[in-house]
Amino acid sequence: MQFRLEKRPEPSRLMLYGTPVAAVVLTMFIGAIIFSLIGYDGIGAVREIFFTPLTNAFKWQDLGVKAAPLIIIGVGLSIAYRANVWNIGAEGQYIMGGLGGWWTLPAMMIAGVAGGAAYAAIPALLRTRLNVNEILTSLMLTYASVQLIYYLVRAPWKDPMGMGFPQTRRFASEALLPNIIPGTIVHAGVPIAIIVALVAWFIMTRSVFGYQMRVVGAAPHAARYGGFSENKTIWLALLVSGGLAGLAGMLEVAGPFQRMVPGFPTNYGFTAIIVAFLGRLNPLGVIFAGIVMAITFVGGEIAQTTIGLSNSATGVFQAMMLFFLLAGDILVRYRVRRVTPQVEARA
Amino acid sequence: MSLELTIAIIVTVVGASTPILIAALGELVVEKSGVLNLGVEGMMLVGAITGFVVAFTTGNHYLAILLAAAAGVATSMIFGFLTLSLSANQTATGLALTIFGTGFSALAGQGYSARPVTLLGPLFPAELATHPIWRVLFGYSALVYFSLAMVFAVWWFLKKSRAGLILRAVGENDLSAHSIGYSVIGVRYAAVAFGGAMAGIAGACFPLLLTPQWAERMTAGRGWIAVALVVFASWKPFRLLAGAYLFGLVMTMELYAKASGGPLSAIPAELWSAMPYLATVVVLVLISIRRDASTNAPACLGRPFLPSN
Repeated sequence: MQFRLEKRPEPSRLMLYGTPVAAVVLTMFIGAIIFSLIGYDGIGAVREIFFTPLTNAFKWQDLGVKAAPLIIIGVGLSIAYRANVWNIGAEGQYIMGGLGGWWTLPAMMIAGVAGGAAYAAIPALLRTRLNVNEILTSLMLTYASVQLIYYLVRAPWKDPMGMGFPQTRRFASEALLPNIIPGTIVHAGVPIAIIVALVAWFIMTRSVFGYQMRVVGAAPHAARYGGFSENKTIWLALLVSGGLAGLAGMLEVAGPFQRMVPGFPTNYGFTAIIVAFLGRLNPLGVIFAGIVMAITFVGGEIAQTTIGLSNSATGVFQAMMLFFLLAGDILVRYRVRRVTPQVEARA
Repeated sequence: MSLELTIAIIVTVVGASTPILIAALGELVVEKSGVLNLGVEGMMLVGAITGFVVAFTTGNHYLAILLAAAAGVATSMIFGFLTLSLSANQTATGLALTIFGTGFSALAGQGYSARPVTLLGPLFPAELATHPIWRVLFGYSALVYFSLAMVFAVWWFLKKSRAGLILRAVGENDLSAHSIGYSVIGVRYAAVAFGGAMAGIAGACFPLLLTPQWAERMTAGRGWIAVALVVFASWKPFRLLAGAYLFGLVMTMELYAKASGGPLSAIPAELWSAMPYLATVVVLVLISIRRDASTNAPACLGRPFLPSN
């Protein structure tokens, strides 16, 4: 008995949305095996990382708070990647959004979006004017923005009453995100994330803008015939993804952090890359992917305290998930056919 | 500026440049075969932790470098299998590899931070490097001479050898190379493995050549700078050498500025730390203004090979 790959006439929708689920399930099984083989409590790790956050109701608020920035950034990235624009500097745009957040809330939201979008405008300008690869520029700017935070909290923005800690003053109460469920840590960023995803889904599926992003990404030549400007698409993709990353940064600084600290960059911008792919670059899928990823974050913290597993195990599980997803991509475009040797000989 | 300081700066620049040069040479060969592996940073981190753990437990630096190379190859094979055998998206897979390498190295390095190893000593006997001038030539460890030798080796391989010609053919026109009968996938697997070995060695440079300890994310984006350098060098090994040393200079300028005490010493330390990354952006801009830069890119770079379609 042999197997052969055969190209599908059309990409399979079942596989397109089935493979992310399969990737998560496979990560649990293979992850448990691999972690056991290298001397950890593999089954315990999978239980704590993937299931305890769901079964322990006290942890649900953490899920919402962790998922919100991932969903907001992930939605932006999914729009950019659809257009084949590889913004991987969302972490930097998130940081600039956080630094932009100032004054009272409505103004802060605008400033946050503007901060992220402005930082993404640099790779956009360089790509459209000079054809400089946006992957490298957006990433290099991320490293630079981390240093900017260090500088600001050490010198000009340092809290004079901060006992020498490198951090800014705590925000005034009108600049803090309100908690929407009393007694929990769930802040206004959580519903905002859901709204952002729903609006993005509507725009991507129902508007000319969404159509343009999808066509330019999938068939650049056809898009050019259709009169869609490639440069304009690159600009829009980077401004939207950068602006949303900036919004997420502002919500984090005004919500959980309440001030700017050197530990502000928490890799949401990089994890959101996995979220965008796991959500199949579809804003609704991104909601689920963001929650899955939040589960692994919260679960990683639980595993750290309950079974003493390093927090970095979370990153390994997340990367495995992405590997399995990418490996599964071939099933979207190809089908596996079973061929018996005699049939092949006759053919 | 005193002679001693000048020499100290040169030695520091050479040290800082070496891992970038080694990683970039590996990536250059990978890209010449038509594959874009953005996982250099991740493979370097896996090499760094492997090199550290082996040096820490055995004290044998050369074994540490060898096993770091092997770990780099093993990591690169994840990328190879996904992109070459399953024709997955190379950009996404490379990013995934970097995320994996970051997490894996942090997990494996748990409990090793703040533990010291010794740096790899100079290759030549100390008598050769007594005078400062000789120290500039003979005062380095084997990793530095290895990186310089590899510049020649990669140049010779690509320009002069038959195997290098096949590799370039695969990168420039995979379908033609396939129809003549060369194994496109096989050549690309070999190139990706070579890139993995070089990235692993480059990673090992961090604990064995620069700072004798393990720290999470200790490669600090140098792998990405290596990827940028390949573009900057327009896929030419000797330009890569010049580019890597230029970056080494940028990274160590802070030392010079501090020592000189002039107006440069007023620049905040964070700006100096951001300098290599900003310089990368500037360099990419300059290179794109020059017209021949992108035309030298391998024609099949980043495209999956699907002979049946």
